[in-house]
Amino acid sequence: MIGDGKDSTNQRENTFVADGTTVGFLTDVTLCIGCKACEVACKEWNGVPDDGYVFTGQSYDNTGALSGSTWRHVQFHELDAPAGREGGGAAPPDDLGWLFYSDVCKHCERAGCLEACPTGAIVRTETGGVFVQDDVCNGCGYCVVGCPFGVIGRRDADLPGGGGAYKCTFCYDRQKGGGGPACAKACPTESIRFGPLDLLRAEADRRVDTLHARGVTGATLYDPRDTSVGGVHALSILVGDPERYGLPRAPEVPSTRLLRSWLSAGLTTAAMLAITALAFALAAR
Amino acid sequence: MKHLLQRWPFLRQLTGARADGEAAMTSHTRALRPRTADAQIARSVCPFCAVGCGQRVHHDGQRILAIDGDPESPINQGTLCPKGSASHQLLTHDRRLTRVRYRRPGGRDWEDLPLDRAMDMIADRIWDSRARNWVDERDGEPVRHTTAVAHLGGATLDNEENYLLKKLLTAGLGVVNVSNQARI
Amino acid sequence: MPGLGASFGRGGATTAQQDLQNADCVLIQGSSMAEAHPVGFRWVVAAKERGATIIHVDPRFSRTSALADIWAPIRAGGDIALLGGLIRWILEGERYFREYVVHYTNASCLLAEDYVDAEDNGGFFSGWDPEEGQYDTTTWRYELDDTGHPRRDPSLTHPRTVFQALRRHFARYTPDVVAQVAGIPEPLFLRIAEALAGASGPDKTAAICYAVGWTQHSKGVQIIRAAAILQLLLGNIGRPGGGIMALRGHASIQGSTDIPTLYNILPGYIDMPRHGHGEATLDGFVNREKHPEGWLHNEGKYVVSLLKAFYGRHATRDNDFGYGFMPRITGDHSHFAFFTDMRDGGVEGLLCIGQNPAVGGQNARLERMALSKLRWLVVRDLVEIESANFWKEGPEIERGELRPEDVRTEVFLMPVAGHAEKEGAFTNTQRLLQWREKAVDPPGDARSDAWFVHQLAKRLIARAHQEQNPRDAALRALDWWYPEDAHGDPDMEAVLAEINGWHTDPASHPDGVVHGVDRDGAPHHGGQVAGFTELAADGSTASGCWIYSGVFGPDGKNRAKGRDAKGPLGHGWGYAWPADRRILYNRASARPDGAPWSERKKLVWWDDAQGAWVGDDVPDFPKDKRPDYEPAPGATGVDAHPGDAPFLMHDDGLGHLFATSKVKDGPFPTHFEPIESLVRNALYPVDVNPAVDRVLRPDNRYAAHGDPRFPYVLTTYRLTEHHTGGGMSRFLSHLAELQPELFVELSPELAAALGVDNGGVVAVVTARGAVETRALVSRRMRPIRLGDGALVHQVALPFHWGSAGPVRGDVANDLIAISKEPNVKIHESKALLCDVVPGPMPRGAAFAPWFSRWSAATSEETP
Repeated sequence: MIGDGKDSTNQRENTFVADGTTVGFLTDVTLCIGCKACEVACKEWNGVPDDGYVFTGQSYDNTGALSGSTWRHVQFHELDAPAGREGGGAAPPDDLGWLFYSDVCKHCERAGCLEACPTGAIVRTETGGVFVQDDVCNGCGYCVVGCPFGVIGRRDADLPGGGGAYKCTFCYDRQKGGGGPACAKACPTESIRFGPLDLLRAEADRRVDTLHARGVTGATLYDPRDTSVGGVHALSILVGDPERYGLPRAPEVPSTRLLRSWLSAGLTTAAMLAITALAFALAAR
Repeated sequence: MKHLLQRWPFLRQLTGARADGEAAMTSHTRALRPRTADAQIARSVCPFCAVGCGQRVHHDGQRILAIDGDPESPINQGTLCPKGSASHQLLTHDRRLTRVRYRRPGGRDWEDLPLDRAMDMIADRIWDSRARNWVDERDGEPVRHTTAVAHLGGATLDNEENYLLKKLLTAGLGVVNVSNQARI
Repeated sequence: MPGLGASFGRGGATTAQQDLQNADCVLIQGSSMAEAHPVGFRWVVAAKERGATIIHVDPRFSRTSALADIWAPIRAGGDIALLGGLIRWILEGERYFREYVVHYTNASCLLAEDYVDAEDNGGFFSGWDPEEGQYDTTTWRYELDDTGHPRRDPSLTHPRTVFQALRRHFARYTPDVVAQVAGIPEPLFLRIAEALAGASGPDKTAAICYAVGWTQHSKGVQIIRAAAILQLLLGNIGRPGGGIMALRGHASIQGSTDIPTLYNILPGYIDMPRHGHGEATLDGFVNREKHPEGWLHNEGKYVVSLLKAFYGRHATRDNDFGYGFMPRITGDHSHFAFFTDMRDGGVEGLLCIGQNPAVGGQNARLERMALSKLRWLVVRDLVEIESANFWKEGPEIERGELRPEDVRTEVFLMPVAGHAEKEGAFTNTQRLLQWREKAVDPPGDARSDAWFVHQLAKRLIARAHQEQNPRDAALRALDWWYPEDAHGDPDMEAVLAEINGWHTDPASHPDGVVHGVDRDGAPHHGGQVAGFTELAADGSTASGCWIYSGVFGPDGKNRAKGRDAKGPLGHGWGYAWPADRRILYNRASARPDGAPWSERKKLVWWDDAQGAWVGDDVPDFPKDKRPDYEPAPGATGVDAHPGDAPFLMHDDGLGHLFATSKVKDGPFPTHFEPIESLVRNALYPVDVNPAVDRVLRPDNRYAAHGDPRFPYVLTTYRLTEHHTGGGMSRFLSHLAELQPELFVELSPELAAALGVDNGGVVAVVTARGAVETRALVSRRMRPIRLGDGALVHQVALPFHWGSAGPVRGDVANDLIAISKEPNVKIHESKALLCDVVPGPMPRGAAFAPWFSRWSAATSEETP
């Protein structure tokens, strides 16, 4: 919590990579002030270029969406009541609310991008992160359609590093040095938390209970574990339906359908797998 | 072939074995480390608003590599807002001025001017304007000031700089038109 | 500054940002703290998580409101009506903290019989001089007893007590008036009142945060005064989780007031000598105000020590310690005064260092025109800002009003070192001095501003010695001794040593000498003083800013550099003036008998065994002065205060509900309408603060009341993603992409009435200027319904754009008038009148004829 200061997992030196501890993000909309420090800290550390000066007119969001050149995106949602208390027919001036949600790569337990990648550019790190290796990626874009969240993207050709597929690296370089991601470190209200995934999951459950007790009945934990994604490493405490944030209620890894058909129709699937494997082998050369 | 199969992401995920990720890592990925790993750190303070967030300036003695919040600060505890987070770009972006620009009266564009020459010229301008417009006394009481020279700015400067400015301008030159952003 | 100074004694925030987490309620008004001070807001969120109620009063539902428990939309400029309403509600409902009020404030003091309140005199206090347009403040005083002390009535019932006067003054500020003036309906008002009063008492505290949303009004100081009165009544000053957090907007705006690059004060809030006020001699100056009691009794020591710092060995007892070298002020030499003078050709040259008046200045068009009248201009900045290239790319060039070849201004644009490329200290919003280490050299010809001043000083002083003109005596006397490095940069710790102060004789206190050798290798001064209590009036000490004394003492430890935070208030990290006190007036955190008010809210208390005040902060009180101390007759200075007088800067040691000094427009706050307003003053026959200076001139017009050309209220604000005039943000791609364009926020109701769609282009126009901008239509802006049913539409405009850099836009400050609040000469940018016109604004030569519709004067222009 705020006040743990240098002792918080956002700030302190850690040994998660050496220990092989699975880590995660916990992004809490009820603490976010929409300042976009996460967006800037990410771009500054990772050298991500700006992607144009466009006024959207969509509340204070001129970023638009996650992409190859936007790895944190703060959404702005203007509501008809204070967040979590919608539908109660609030009277003025309580008839509005403003929610800010810092979206990021989910680092899925089963990652569609990773499965779709024919070059082996996308790997799973010691701490469970999903990492794109720039030196392998050939920009084929299969991962883009493989992501159920629309996170990963090919960077526009006219930008530095254009053409390649990029997304949040979980600041893997910083992690290897015993640090945490730049976005979580910067977050002024610690609405983004970084730390061991199991601890964050437990904390998220407690937080949702606390919010319910305070009357924020719409608060939920977004962690789709009952789908083929198998849960995410970037947890979110949301207020209201996940669809509000563009998050699918039941995200599926595209290759899941592949797996089901394999189990039901053995040979056909085996043949298909062989073809896929051959394609991979060719692409990986 | 076995190695190749190990690298096939679909199989890797099915087996769920994390260590397999390492097998697929390139030497570049394995060698990854923060660019600040060997950096020196200067303890600094954010130059934007007056919250006064502690910053760590990571540098190699020549170049600034990154700037982040100082975790030890009792005010920001390692965090920074978007402006503070952009401090590195503030000092390194390509629109930053590095040479004196000079515009002569009526000129249509900038010209170059050596720094020392600029300093001499500015000293001359101050000297002449002050000499032309010096008020020594009024009604038999000392005034000892000039209102022909003015100064603006200070809220973005260091205390020591404001002190030197006040000492030179007011106590030394008798310049009383001195103002900054603070009128609170 | 005067708002806090007149109430408590010092012109600084009374508390530390991280202490906001201890508040049980936080009222944020005149600030969008989450947006302009996001990391400070961290501690408000921490308080909220601990159960505090967060209240945000603002015309705009902002990112701050989004996190608040209560948002109260207010008609811009209605702040004193709301705060006055709260004061009345607290007094009438007996919800004030009686023991605190009786002992620690001047509530029980009797006012002199010749004091007349504005309630009894048509909105004017006694002493109004209609000729001069200002107050003679001599009747704003106490009735004194035979010993010269204020007569007091601890029962607070005497009709002339401050308490009863306060009650009468605010008697008409009823919930109905709040609804009528501020547009806050009674149920919402009562929620705010209950939340605040419910967080007051021995066991609870509430804090108030404000920023320029309060100061940038024609009555800014009085709004802050109203907040101070509220906090004194609730017993919230000097206590953990309480206080008033003044949120400053630049890294060292507090520091540049403490060590002022301002015309009217000297370092440490010592007044500048004035011409024609009996201040021709040092004696006349030091005795311009008598302070036999209270801390300012010592001012003479600070004045002489400052003169010794300025003039060194040339300041002697025989020459009044060099007092005669000092210039005198002859009137108003503030920013607006010299810019209007500049516009009229009265200023030859300007040094502009780290400020961008062409964008950030008010009536910025007038300020740009003023720059074009200069003979020479020096701009020092990180980038090519508008104030440097106005002759080339400014709006006046685009509109054909100026041609480059006709602008005779010679411009020197100089690159500067950034914050990590030089060392030195900022003083932050909580009075905390924090030293920055230098990381790398600045690029190319970029130099620190200290280098610039130092190299300039060496040139000018040399010339003064060369020419031997009597005019330059002060220059020749100036003690410019600073050691320098190979680059010619002065040693900044040597400057800090001078600011702290030392014994002037090089042989004195030799163990405590810091940076004791001058540029030529000669011994320069003796040992450092440990604090301002060591300063003397006999020339044996020097100190460049007495309130900072203690930051760099005889142990040679630069405390601003401290990076070892300990305890709840972070002692050991930086240095808070004065004397490293983090929460000011903290004697008030204990009962009159010295015990903490409660276990939950203890901070500093009397420990009888140690015979000292102890606790988590440096006591803001004589450390060994017993709580039951009674002064002997004839005692002077702080010794004249009893042991339960926490506001030791004041002559009476009390918190001032009634301001006996330092305020020029009234001892109590009074609601006045903004200079431009849609409505008449519901409370007084006078509409606008009578002491305000409108600086009326053809290029600084106002909308008269009832002028149909200006039907909407305009208020300006800052975005999180940008910084002031934009020189430090617009040029950075990572910030520019987040907010690339100027926009105006308006309500769906107003947008519908105007036929404007979200994202559409509109012009916002005032009597001074016009800007083209995108419309951002949102329910976060809403019409304010006043008590009488009238509907007021308000629009809000951020002000960060200009004509230079990668993202450009019109200058919002072109819309603002130059006006001078009587105390600090600040303008009014938070409540103006405007028009909103759909569609693009004519550019180039077509602008002037189009704009003439709004710029033409009306017969009733001058209110």
